[in-house]
Amino acid sequence: MRWNNFIRCTRSTITKFVIAAAASATLCSFASAQNKVELSGGQLSELQKVAADRGLNVDDLLAAAKTYTPSGKLDEYITFASGGHSGQIFVIGVPSMRQLRTIAVFTPEPWQGYGYGVGEEVLKEGDLDENHKLRWGDTHHPALSETNGEYDGQFLFIGDKANARIAVIDLRDFETKQILKNPVTLSDHGCGFVTPNSEYVIEGGQYANPIGMGYAPIEDYKKSYRGMCTLWKFDRAKGRIDKSKSFAIELPPYHQDLFDAGKVASDGLIFGNSFNAEAAYGAIEKGQPPLEAAASQKDMDYMHVIDWKKAEKLVADGKAETINGFQVLRLPTLIKEGVLYFIPEPKSPHGVDVTPDGEYVIVSGKLDPHVTVYSTAKIKAAIASGNVKSHDEYGVPILDFDATKEVQVELGLGPLHTQFDDKGYAYTSLFLDSAVCRWTLGGRYASLHPEKPWTVVGKVPMQYNIGHLVCAEGDTTTPDGKFMIGMNKWSVDRFFPTGPLLPQNFQLVDISKTGDTMKALYDLPIGNGEPHYAQMIKADKLKPFEVYPEVGYNPHTMSVDPKAPMPGDEKVVKEADGKVHVYMTVVRSHFSPENIEVNEGDAVVFHLTNMEQAPDATHGFCIAGFNINLSLEPGEYASFEMKADRAGTYPFYCTEFCSALHLEMMGYFQIKPKAATAQAK
Amino acid sequence: MSILNRLIGPRVPVPELQSHWTRYALPTLSISLARICLLVSLFLPYWHIKLKAPQYPRKDLQLNAYINRVEGDMREINGLNHYIGMRPLDEAAKFEKAIGVWGIIALVLLMESAMFIHSRWAALLLIPVILLPVFFIGDLYYWLQLFGQNLDPHAPLSSSIKPFTPPPLGEGVIGQFKTIAWQGYGLWLAWAAAGLCVISLLLHRRAYKPLFDQMKRDDAKSQGASCAA
Repeated sequence: MRWNNFIRCTRSTITKFVIAAAASATLCSFASAQNKVELSGGQLSELQKVAADRGLNVDDLLAAAKTYTPSGKLDEYITFASGGHSGQIFVIGVPSMRQLRTIAVFTPEPWQGYGYGVGEEVLKEGDLDENHKLRWGDTHHPALSETNGEYDGQFLFIGDKANARIAVIDLRDFETKQILKNPVTLSDHGCGFVTPNSEYVIEGGQYANPIGMGYAPIEDYKKSYRGMCTLWKFDRAKGRIDKSKSFAIELPPYHQDLFDAGKVASDGLIFGNSFNAEAAYGAIEKGQPPLEAAASQKDMDYMHVIDWKKAEKLVADGKAETINGFQVLRLPTLIKEGVLYFIPEPKSPHGVDVTPDGEYVIVSGKLDPHVTVYSTAKIKAAIASGNVKSHDEYGVPILDFDATKEVQVELGLGPLHTQFDDKGYAYTSLFLDSAVCRWTLGGRYASLHPEKPWTVVGKVPMQYNIGHLVCAEGDTTTPDGKFMIGMNKWSVDRFFPTGPLLPQNFQLVDISKTGDTMKALYDLPIGNGEPHYAQMIKADKLKPFEVYPEVGYNPHTMSVDPKAPMPGDEKVVKEADGKVHVYMTVVRSHFSPENIEVNEGDAVVFHLTNMEQAPDATHGFCIAGFNINLSLEPGEYASFEMKADRAGTYPFYCTEFCSALHLEMMGYFQIKPKAATAQAK
Repeated sequence: MSILNRLIGPRVPVPELQSHWTRYALPTLSISLARICLLVSLFLPYWHIKLKAPQYPRKDLQLNAYINRVEGDMREINGLNHYIGMRPLDEAAKFEKAIGVWGIIALVLLMESAMFIHSRWAALLLIPVILLPVFFIGDLYYWLQLFGQNLDPHAPLSSSIKPFTPPPLGEGVIGQFKTIAWQGYGLWLAWAAAGLCVISLLLHRRAYKPLFDQMKRDDAKSQGASCAA
């Protein structure tokens, strides 16, 4: 038994542990001074007893020392993980693996007051049309804004695979500011990935559609259905995507998948993969092979290479066609102008990841145990030579596989996604092996690690079925190493079973040492969504507001709102627009006004200002019976409109525990019946 | 000796001034320094109070009182004070804050004129400056006790907090808050100005008392001479 071994472990092992604990404690607390931990005899025997009682071995104690974060100490890294079909984003501290909060994006979330009165102005931007409200999303790939290929900590983008939408989150207040529906397609997967200075956010498509989201018989699949890659133009000064300067790139209906932007050596290019070069559409019901088989017939699928700088110029020159009010570069234009090239990739691949300096693109085999490494220099040379031997049936030029390939490395079963560190290693998740493989890069990276280039160094088991993985700043031009999180789809037996629906398992791995040394440190259950991709940023790059900078701040405009009521402005008044406006201030522990009476049938517009400037002095505001709940953070102004269409008496109160007199923080909203109003007249 | 002469004292004869220049320069110099101290103090806080509580771990609440205004976490402290029924801080010492700057300028002008008075009446002009820091602390205590002792009996927490007077200097406790109050650089400069004024009066006496006595004697002599005549 493990703990018996532990009891027998010698004093010298414990001494080693103590030294290592001291080193990692220093690491975790960013302490610059040497923090030497010494255990007295009594403390040592207490530690041994705790370990024995809980069945912990020395590795467990070390893992605890590397992750345990005492109260008041902050994490070194912050991870933004997508929430899958929860439609949200999760914020997680590393190495503590504490979930800090959820950012509501595509799905209403009452604690944040998102979509229950306030937030509707953002959510409705993403509706398909007035009659088709979309109130959930399938978030896959968060993308932090970048400057020169490094995270700058300002904005976060994320796509909704289910409805082909994109959202912009401002990291000053961690709130969703914009949701845009892609006007020409209904499906994406590779969203979002940013170009090195966040000029564009890339939305790679997934399931082919008739362009413009219309109808076409499925038998016309090859003729009428198309894939899509959309480049959303980001206006950093406004903190919004500029739809008028954004454009889509038409692609053959090959089920495009993940994308990545080239950087440094490959800046200006976009790489994407696809998994249905057969242009199959299934029809199992008609006795045809199901899509999973039909789309896996050819030996090769196509990696897509897009020259986005050329594409941008074509759009500027008016070469785009307008479909549903959105600019689309059509296939013939792309082919004629040399914007789009294909390169064969082993069939049904997954992941397309560009190395930190942009020299290589790594495509994982998924069904094949290899990763294929392409040289971006060779790709550029092949394009420049004009030596194209074949085209696909849509006329897209196909570059030669052997001329562009650098090497293929056999890693294990089910390679999916690749991340990087500061030591010249690549890390690839192996879905079927349920492990992460550390392997060596070649080229300029060969001098950073002691092993031979393009070889497997070691593996760490994952529990279980790993999808994506994320290393500290592991997809930027300067990865940090130190930590990696394996994002496991299944947890099976890792946690107490919460009924048949089990949480996912985020496993933190120590990748700080070279060689076959990777160790799993901590398991974090994710019981509120199913994350796909995540990004891990150095915490000190984020500069969030402590409170809104001025009282009356409107988070939607990020400025003081002229309508924000200040003390003395409190009133209930019918304005020229025919609506009853309620101007209300909110402070510990009262609303002002506290009694509001309107007439049945009135349209009522609430304007609320939280007067607080103390950190964490958030107030809630709910009205019973009307599906209204706001979160008013310190300094925040919020406004919503409601219809007073049901006579009665409705208490409103503060939903966020704010003070000793929180329960007393309430009032009455009364709607006078029409009959009573008429009688009075 | 005319009343005017008695009030403003004797002028220093030029030969005497040339032979004992420092004796007459020193009182003027120390008053000048005192003037500078007071003028600079206009721009510096006179008093600080810090409130520590578990709910404010990163930054204590703090008030900084200047001669004409109070700055700091006014909104938060007023917000907390409303629970115990304390009046808003802006209502305290309105008159003192309004006249603060002009009052200091008046004191500086008094010091200015004291430089030309070579009689004991110079002390009268400097006494307000000497008393300023004492007056400031006294006035502060007055307002602290006025506000602390007159809590609104209808306030939400009036039953749980008894009227109190926070110590104007040093530490105190109100509810879960620990208060720490200390003098600001402005008040230290006011103390320095007061000290310099006391010193200047001593130097003043050393310099001008002999001349004043001489003037009296000369006066008596000339009167005696006229009587004899």
